[in-house]
Amino acid sequence: MSLTHFFQHLANGVYLGSLYALIAIGYTMVYGILRLINFAHGELLIVGAFIAYYGILIFHLPWWFSFIIAIALGALVGVSLERVAYRPLREREAPRISLLVSAIGASFFLQNLGLVIIGGRHKSFYRPPFFAQTVQLGDVTVMNFLFVLPLITIIILGIVFFLVYRSKTGMAMRALAKDYPTARLMGININRIIAYTFALGSALAAIGGIMYALRYPAIHPLAGVLPGLKCFIAAVVGGIGNVPGAVLGGFILGMLEIMGIAFFPHLAGYRDAIAFIVLIIILSFKPTGLLGEQVVEKV
Amino acid sequence: MTKQRKIIFLIGALIVSGFLIYANFFFDAYVLRILNLIAIYMSAALGLSLINGFTGQFSLGIAGFMAVGGYAASLLTLPIAVKESIFFIRPLIWPFNSLELPFIVGILFAALMTAIFSFLIGFPVLRLRGDYLAIATLGFSEVIRVVSTNTITITNGALGLKGIPAFTNVWWSFGFAGFSLFVIWRLINSSYGRAFKAIRDNEVAAEAMGIALFKHKLLAFVIGSTLAGIAGALLAHLLTAIDPAMFRFFLTFNVLLMIVLGGMGSITGAVIGAAIVTFLFEFLRYLDSPMELGFITIPGAPGLRMVIFSTLLIVMILFRRQGLMGDKELSFAWIEGKLSRFFGRRGDENVNP
Repeated sequence: MSLTHFFQHLANGVYLGSLYALIAIGYTMVYGILRLINFAHGELLIVGAFIAYYGILIFHLPWWFSFIIAIALGALVGVSLERVAYRPLREREAPRISLLVSAIGASFFLQNLGLVIIGGRHKSFYRPPFFAQTVQLGDVTVMNFLFVLPLITIIILGIVFFLVYRSKTGMAMRALAKDYPTARLMGININRIIAYTFALGSALAAIGGIMYALRYPAIHPLAGVLPGLKCFIAAVVGGIGNVPGAVLGGFILGMLEIMGIAFFPHLAGYRDAIAFIVLIIILSFKPTGLLGEQVVEKV
Repeated sequence: MTKQRKIIFLIGALIVSGFLIYANFFFDAYVLRILNLIAIYMSAALGLSLINGFTGQFSLGIAGFMAVGGYAASLLTLPIAVKESIFFIRPLIWPFNSLELPFIVGILFAALMTAIFSFLIGFPVLRLRGDYLAIATLGFSEVIRVVSTNTITITNGALGLKGIPAFTNVWWSFGFAGFSLFVIWRLINSSYGRAFKAIRDNEVAAEAMGIALFKHKLLAFVIGSTLAGIAGALLAHLLTAIDPAMFRFFLTFNVLLMIVLGGMGSITGAVIGAAIVTFLFEFLRYLDSPMELGFITIPGAPGLRMVIFSTLLIVMILFRRQGLMGDKELSFAWIEGKLSRFFGRRGDENVNP
């Protein structure tokens, strides 16, 4: 492999890694607080992408405005999902497995509702000219968005870190993740904080969905399943419930996926299996992920 | 088993076999196919129920094991001529390319292969708990699917296997459903079964009571997955064609819906759930295809059926978490109670009120 090719793959890897990182944060935040794998997170990606798509196509909005609307509506969908499918179970103190089943149901519901409303045909996502321009960096030719979007990711990461670690709401979120009853006793409105968490996580999912659609512009209602699963794995690999861990896991998976195929092209068919194999290896050696804390079960 | 229970059991078995003989002669192929599907899914649901419901190890890998079973059996039973014609990209590897064995050997091989696979997979993942286990088993199931798409010399890749002999009939499918029922029923009422339930209810307490956690989890996982694998073999020989796309997460979802609907941790529940879901799945087929209403045609909406099914799953888990049966069973005592009431006399001493 020539150096040019290597840098090309590196750029791709950084892009995919930052995309995965962004989506994995949403998973990890929801899991940290609810102890719930939000199976429907992958569908929230595609909801965001489709709202942006239709905003441009039907309402002729400028692309940046359409993206903002998509992010806002994506957050709204996430919050209503929590309200309908998860909160009733939480209030009845159902076992966690029931929440998981409900999440799987919600995921299938959104997928198939998408199929009914939109249809299974692939739609080609609009790529704003600004993003589609190519740039020459030495011998490497990359489309603009390949390095613009990691920058956006870093900015968004900064905002998320600020929200989680510096704001009052973020403090409440972390308190909730540590200890439910005590957080409630301290006067934290649990339902509101969980709604905030879902709003933030789903907004990140919508951003991730739009980015995913910019990279792979053929979108359809089931397109969110695989990236959703992979990003969940990224969150687990990094240590679920841990925001820096999600970023780390996302980068590791994105890089491995691109580089693995780059170095072993004949294994290209196994691309979608890489994430799962990484997951199984990591869980075998460090069941709580790379940066996760060891949880001791008390009797 | 008391004499009275033996009689009830015999009458029940006679009714079922009488119905099957009748069905075999008088029902058309479509209805027979649905009956077969119901029986096959019953076995798969019982397998998943043993893992998820009785042992409390939430596995989402059932589709992967059904794939292993389906492929393993089909590779043995496919006629050699058919093998040569469908493997036109790359030939099938030796020993399979020169084998054409009876169905029963195929099924035994499927059982063996799924047992080996589930042991190898269960070994690393069963140390995980709860949702980690769920995602790891789901991951394995996906890996099995991706691998079967790529190993062209064994599975024929995305094209799948076609022309599998249609060996599955009501005797095979219901025979195996009965066998699964018997196995699970005996297992649950043995010391192993009590250990499984203890693990489900409280792992720490079960371990303190001296139950070898890992051994029992692995046992339940292997037995449940093997039942599902044989169900996969029967399914392959019913549909006569399989490909990797058949064994997506979608299949696991269906089996999961069956046991959630029927009640996790109830044998009767798994059976009822399998029957209801399979029936509804065929019954609601018209939703996905265009409808002719006199002079207007309503275009079909592919996916509408699954919208209904997923809504059913969510509603069930929100409002009746324990499923239709909870953890209750249709028991001899219950039947005897009903019967004695029906015949207007008080039951014997051994009948629980």
